[in-house]
Amino acid sequence: MIIQDSDLADIDRLRWQCRRGMLELDVLLEAFLEQHYEALSPRLKRHFIQFLEFPDPIIHAWCIGGESPDDDEFAELVSSIRATSVV
Amino acid sequence: MALEKQRFDTLILGAGGAGLNAALQLANANLKVAVVSKVFPTRSHTVAAQGGVNAALANVLPDNWHWHMFDTVKGSDYLGDQDAIEYMCREAIPTVYELEHNGVPFSRLANGKIYQRAFGGQSQDFGGEQAARTCAAADRTGHAILHTLYQQNIRAKTHFYDEYFAVDLIKDDAGMILGALVLNIATGEPLLIESKTTLLATGGCGQVFRTTSNAHINTGDGMAMVLRADLPLMDMEFFQFHPTGIAGKGMLITEGVRGEGGYLINKDGDRFMEKYAPNAKDLASRDVVARSIVTEVRDGHGCGPEADHVMLKVNHLSEDVIAKRLPGIRESAKIFAGVDPVKDPIPVFPTAHYVMGGIPTDRFGRVMPTADDDGEHLPGLYAAGECACASVHGANRLGGNSLLDILVFGRLAGHNIIDYVKENKAHRPLNEASVEASMARLGRWDAKGDGMTVSQLRNEFRKTMEDHAGVFRVEDMMAEGVEKIKQVREKLNDVRLTDHTRTFNTNRTEALELENLIDVGLAIAVSALHRKESRGAHSRPDYPKRDDAEWMKHTLYWRESDKLDYKGVRVQPLTVESFPPKERVY
Repeated sequence: MIIQDSDLADIDRLRWQCRRGMLELDVLLEAFLEQHYEALSPRLKRHFIQFLEFPDPIIHAWCIGGESPDDDEFAELVSSIRATSVV
Repeated sequence: MALEKQRFDTLILGAGGAGLNAALQLANANLKVAVVSKVFPTRSHTVAAQGGVNAALANVLPDNWHWHMFDTVKGSDYLGDQDAIEYMCREAIPTVYELEHNGVPFSRLANGKIYQRAFGGQSQDFGGEQAARTCAAADRTGHAILHTLYQQNIRAKTHFYDEYFAVDLIKDDAGMILGALVLNIATGEPLLIESKTTLLATGGCGQVFRTTSNAHINTGDGMAMVLRADLPLMDMEFFQFHPTGIAGKGMLITEGVRGEGGYLINKDGDRFMEKYAPNAKDLASRDVVARSIVTEVRDGHGCGPEADHVMLKVNHLSEDVIAKRLPGIRESAKIFAGVDPVKDPIPVFPTAHYVMGGIPTDRFGRVMPTADDDGEHLPGLYAAGECACASVHGANRLGGNSLLDILVFGRLAGHNIIDYVKENKAHRPLNEASVEASMARLGRWDAKGDGMTVSQLRNEFRKTMEDHAGVFRVEDMMAEGVEKIKQVREKLNDVRLTDHTRTFNTNRTEALELENLIDVGLAIAVSALHRKESRGAHSRPDYPKRDDAEWMKHTLYWRESDKLDYKGVRVQPLTVESFPPKERVY
């Protein structure tokens, strides 16, 4: 997947990519996008865009199921997503 | 700019299990197929189905389709059509084998056969011992099926329109469906897709209620398109609620929590289920627990600043038990309710889970446009999956039958479409007036100025649905609800977008979804108001009994004048004797 610099600022597109097949992911990913995405480094923004390409059950297992990605950089992103306030 | 047009043999709206299984049959038969999906196909709500697919393979315990049929008829509280149920239970077996051959990684027994697990509502020998009928791919069955079907469709060269939103069916003066107007979400540009046949496979509509377990995409789009095309929806009053969703959020907290010893309390700390179900208490059936929770809240015993939920207490269980036997619950409660269930109770409220009603079809997925018991189908228009009503679930769906429904009827609709296209080779002439009407509806959202926002009206609508057409259904409240929802429908005229850009304009997509939600919500509220009995998931404390003499019939709702009509349940199966209605006891 090739990510251009301009993709990092395309919040509207990312908002739609946060629409998933599971309610849990809808709520968590949309909240993360609105609350934390802007403040991420360009490196982590790229990771987030790549992260959204993973299948829903994988994202669910990482963000809610307590599993951790092998890749350290995704693990860093997942811990930020887990810390997002949706209450 | 001129409206772009494309032509296909078949247009499929929705890329969940039903849409993709139909598309695969068609593409394999070398038909030109378009699948329109508002999200990337493998993000359809089918992915959330963890349980499995029922089929009487008899791999673990003795079984046959006739027992499966009995369980489904009984589960439906005798409102399911017995010809369609027989057909589904027979076709379950080749459907599962076909999925296996296409590559779905079903869990296996040591002898290599597909593993089958036991679920509630499954019996051997017409109500005897527990059966084991559910085929699963670990706890990711929906994902495994969706992923396999998507890959197979790519191989078969199905044409996908990913991230396109279906706006309206296009119809000619004879009432025939000619395709649909769709919107490219990425560019904001409309596209007209003309088709010889159209299949609606757009899934459920749980988002009509404030508290739902459904994903945000489940907005009843196909159902509302059918209503706007002057066609009916059937049995929309039958909506399955799960008693324990996270309050205000909707995520399911599994029944296993109460099975392990968790129990419900009100604001005074009273274990209120003892009052409503002295024997079964917190393990009473779903509808009883759900109604008890709502009754507590309505009577002023709710918790929280709004007194609008109850608490599920598990902190008397050890941390070890919670970690071992209820994996995921602790994390879910922490993230979505902000409580650690090891220390504090979880705020819960009934959550809308599954709609049994939908677009009326026969057992081949063909849409039935009238209330005539012997009425003809509408040629060329099909529906399958949760948006459709075949009707195999009747008043209540059994676990493991929802994936089965979407896969069987998606497949059978595909087969029927192949035959139809052989006989109907030409596209019918386009009806420009219908296209213009749809474009005008879309263009209405370009209006600028002050007004309500989409989210303001959506919140008002979903709360009204929850309060007046949800779990607790008595005459006065429901009648008031119908009037309130009609007022909400009027207020749609006052809603303005806050964002008028073209590309990935979620505000506009959500406005179109809101129109759909309100149309479908009225279908639910009006149908529920008029069914004066309790059957399956439709529970009326003011009419607590099932009334077979008066109400063993399907409700049909039309948008025009909010009209209702009824048609008989098809009690005659295809090859076996009918199962006459009995009291439903488990």
